[in-house]
Amino acid sequence: MASLTKPTEEMQFIIATDVGSTTTKARFFHKKDGEWRFLVAGEAPTTVEAPYEDVTLGVQNAVREVEELTGHKLLAPEGGMIIPFDGEKGVDLYCTTSSAGGGLQMMVAGLIKSMTAESANRAALGAGAIVMDVIARDDGRQSYQKIQRIRSLRPDMILMAGGTDGGASQHVMEIAELIKAAEPKPRLGIAYELPIVYAGNKSLRPQIQDLMSSGFALELVDNIRPVLEQENTEPARRAVHELFMEHVMSHAPGFTKLMKWTEIDIMPTPAGEGMAMQLIANTYNKNVLGVGLGGATTNVYSIVDGRFVRSVSANLGMSYSVTNVMKEAGIENIMRWIPFNLDREEVASRLMNKMIRPTTIPQTLEDLIVEHSVAREALRLGLKHHRTIATRLKGIQIERTISDMFEQAVADSYVEMMNIDICAGTGGLLSHAPRRIQSMLILTDAWLTEGVTRMMQDSVFMMPHLGVVSTVYRDAAWNIFDKDCLVRLGTSIAAAGKGKFGEPVMELTIEMPNGEILEEKMNLGDLKLIPLGPDHEVNVHIKPANQYNVGAGLGEELKTTVQGGVAGLLLDARGRPLYFPDDDAQRKQLLLKWFKAVGLYDEKALEALV
Amino acid sequence: MVDVETEKKTNVKEEETEEAHAYTPGLKVKKSTTVQKLRRLPLLGEVFVNKGDTVKHDDIIAKTEISGDPEIVKIAMIIGLEPEDTPRYMTKQVGEFVEKGEQLAFYKALFGLIKKEVKSPISGTLESLSDVTGQAIVRGAPIPVDVDAYIPGTVINVMPREGAMIETHAAFIQGIFGIGGEVHGEVHVAVSGNDQVLDADMITSEHTGKVLIGGSRVTLDALKKAVELKVSAVVSGGIRHEDLTTFTGEEIGVAITGQEEVGITIIITEGFGNMNMSLRTFDLLKEFEGYSASVNGATQIRAGVLRPEIIIPHHLVEEDESEALSQGMVPGTPIRIIRQPYFGAIGKVHSLPVELQRLESESMVRVVNIELDSGEVVTVPRANVEIIEE
Repeated sequence: MASLTKPTEEMQFIIATDVGSTTTKARFFHKKDGEWRFLVAGEAPTTVEAPYEDVTLGVQNAVREVEELTGHKLLAPEGGMIIPFDGEKGVDLYCTTSSAGGGLQMMVAGLIKSMTAESANRAALGAGAIVMDVIARDDGRQSYQKIQRIRSLRPDMILMAGGTDGGASQHVMEIAELIKAAEPKPRLGIAYELPIVYAGNKSLRPQIQDLMSSGFALELVDNIRPVLEQENTEPARRAVHELFMEHVMSHAPGFTKLMKWTEIDIMPTPAGEGMAMQLIANTYNKNVLGVGLGGATTNVYSIVDGRFVRSVSANLGMSYSVTNVMKEAGIENIMRWIPFNLDREEVASRLMNKMIRPTTIPQTLEDLIVEHSVAREALRLGLKHHRTIATRLKGIQIERTISDMFEQAVADSYVEMMNIDICAGTGGLLSHAPRRIQSMLILTDAWLTEGVTRMMQDSVFMMPHLGVVSTVYRDAAWNIFDKDCLVRLGTSIAAAGKGKFGEPVMELTIEMPNGEILEEKMNLGDLKLIPLGPDHEVNVHIKPANQYNVGAGLGEELKTTVQGGVAGLLLDARGRPLYFPDDDAQRKQLLLKWFKAVGLYDEKALEALV
Repeated sequence: MVDVETEKKTNVKEEETEEAHAYTPGLKVKKSTTVQKLRRLPLLGEVFVNKGDTVKHDDIIAKTEISGDPEIVKIAMIIGLEPEDTPRYMTKQVGEFVEKGEQLAFYKALFGLIKKEVKSPISGTLESLSDVTGQAIVRGAPIPVDVDAYIPGTVINVMPREGAMIETHAAFIQGIFGIGGEVHGEVHVAVSGNDQVLDADMITSEHTGKVLIGGSRVTLDALKKAVELKVSAVVSGGIRHEDLTTFTGEEIGVAITGQEEVGITIIITEGFGNMNMSLRTFDLLKEFEGYSASVNGATQIRAGVLRPEIIIPHHLVEEDESEALSQGMVPGTPIRIIRQPYFGAIGKVHSLPVELQRLESESMVRVVNIELDSGEVVTVPRANVEIIEE
């Protein structure tokens, strides 16, 4: 990595790219009148595959589109960007993220599934990897089954943990011997030495070195669980990142060249996205739940009380993986979001056809509603998966109170919707939703927001770009993020609780910006959208019924200030979990009522479908 | 230099673009082309062919061995020893061959009153013994891996110890989705037209070993009967999702296929549902009825698009079409619509408006106007068409 050619405060132009599986996306930023703004986007197909086999061609094509659109010369004749900006041409910083070729695919191993293996899993995910499998002593499989699995996996890298420092040793070595015996073969070819990061019991390092020094590129780092009460993922995460650059990226066609072009390390796309989510959390000092809903994968990020966790659901997505959403969620769960009659086989066929032709887009409203239904399920499953990763440390004593005893157990995951202040989304389906309320309601329905939650989304896909920029120039990244990237959708006010259809859920008093006082009475099954622009902030007084909670406790009133957005204020009295009638006709009718209440789609076109 | 967005808008004066990229590359349907196949070993090994050799489809051209499956034997635990004491009780040494059931370790105590032994669970080589865990690893016999030529033709290049490139002159047809791996067989058209459903009663024992060509759809019963009669492959325009799921026994989640062991290779040329096979594809397959074909259902849509294929080698002298790389769309380009509401319709590009247009879904996208075969002109997103490569 070269050092920056200019101090950040003197920079005027930045170009960032994201080399995706199918498309390379360039985003061009400029500082004008002291303020950083997004200028223009350029896109081109990624050129990682034959016949090109050189990602820099795709990068050049995407950047050339920016050149054509701006007339600003960026590409150096000898390759790469013209750096620095000389008053006429060039940029002061070029950086990139990449998920080409399927991203970073890892296998992780640990001793106990819910302890060291889980910590290793979190570290790998945090480094931007897709975790193909988690091997542990107690994962329920026989040794030969684990060996068969490892032999069939072909990972890019392995992260192995196990034992506290000075703790278990024999069983940790058993796992190491099992990995060694399986002779895992890397995905990227015969001549490639498989990188393995050992982040387990440090007293075993000499034995691990003896065992793994041939056949693997071994890296020893500090223990991920030095003691049971502490999780230390950072050294492992850093090692994964370095090995990713050193081994994996350098084997991908054209990346060695691309690495020379960039001034800062190439980052896996999800790592960049994660940085952007952290930027939101840090700036607002709030708990954030974010998502990158892509074509192939769904990445969920949570920053709760300062703790950042990322999960990746490698096969939940809206194009390549759309049929896997159907498989995992069950087609009934997708169809429950459709308010008109559509044959089950028809829905399945449409999704299969989307999978085999992943770049097509919905032309009809009917098709759009089907895709939005799948999106809700992909997001729901993505969060469900995330909760299995964002867990409290297991294996340590937790102080329990009398009330915990009544609640039977302390919930495994600490990601509870009532504690989430901001939900943020990015990815093609959310960014391209024809009406902003669509992405707001999709996120609300999928994640079942509770209490008062601000909703945001990416304007045009540029969160990964800004994430990587933020690693060297936070202020510029935030400036662009704030002004051009982050669309404030509005605020959702949802009462958590169950009851009978039609009974009172909450009463709200809203002081509108024009001085008008709005009084709203919401009964179970009601949904309402109050227009309130992004520049407005209003005081709200919420009085929930006894069995409902809006953030202050069951039946407790809440006085707060809420922000508007391009969609507005969403008042949600549909219950948690969402109230759905068992009767199919009633379900469709209720869905239709909700869709119409918030102007989700064109009403006439919607009526025509019913 | 900089005020880009406004500049971009003012620069666009023409109402139509002259040429546009299609987002989805068309599937190849070529009557006469040069097909090259790289046949490669998964690990280094031995290559048996030389440049210039002529090969048949089933000739083995390269061979290697994958190390055998390892079996972990917990010697210390079975005998009840400390791991570091294990080496003393081994009756076989690292590197030695052991038969299944043969003794690996033997322990005797109390003047022979206590005897314990550990036998090898498999035949293989004692690969290692750990004094940390007390585990031994016995490695089974190496697994041979053969690579055949897959297509008949000429060896045009040899990669020492890795494999070879085979070239042939053939008709080449890509499908959109497939199941099952490489097979061979004689092309046989089982339907009367591209719009006919291939059902079980149309399959007979005469079709054993053949590549059966259907029309708009293949039924579940037809697939079952084809397997029963050992048909090599079935090619069809469409298939019902439920039929495929029932047939394979599981729902397809991600489109990475080719490894299924369902007794047959299936290739779908158009998509899911009832879909007439494109007339061009159907006619081409009909033209080569009776020829021998190499067929592979392997499909991978993400990270390196791989489509299923039908390769029919022949010696008919025709102009080689392989050089015609797919170009952009221009008025007159033949295209197929690949999504509702005109899914499957064929026509040609009428015009390519520059301005974004609002769809029924309210999305603002770039579109293409298409003149259908019926003469009707329809508007669809540019993302929803594929060029028919001619």
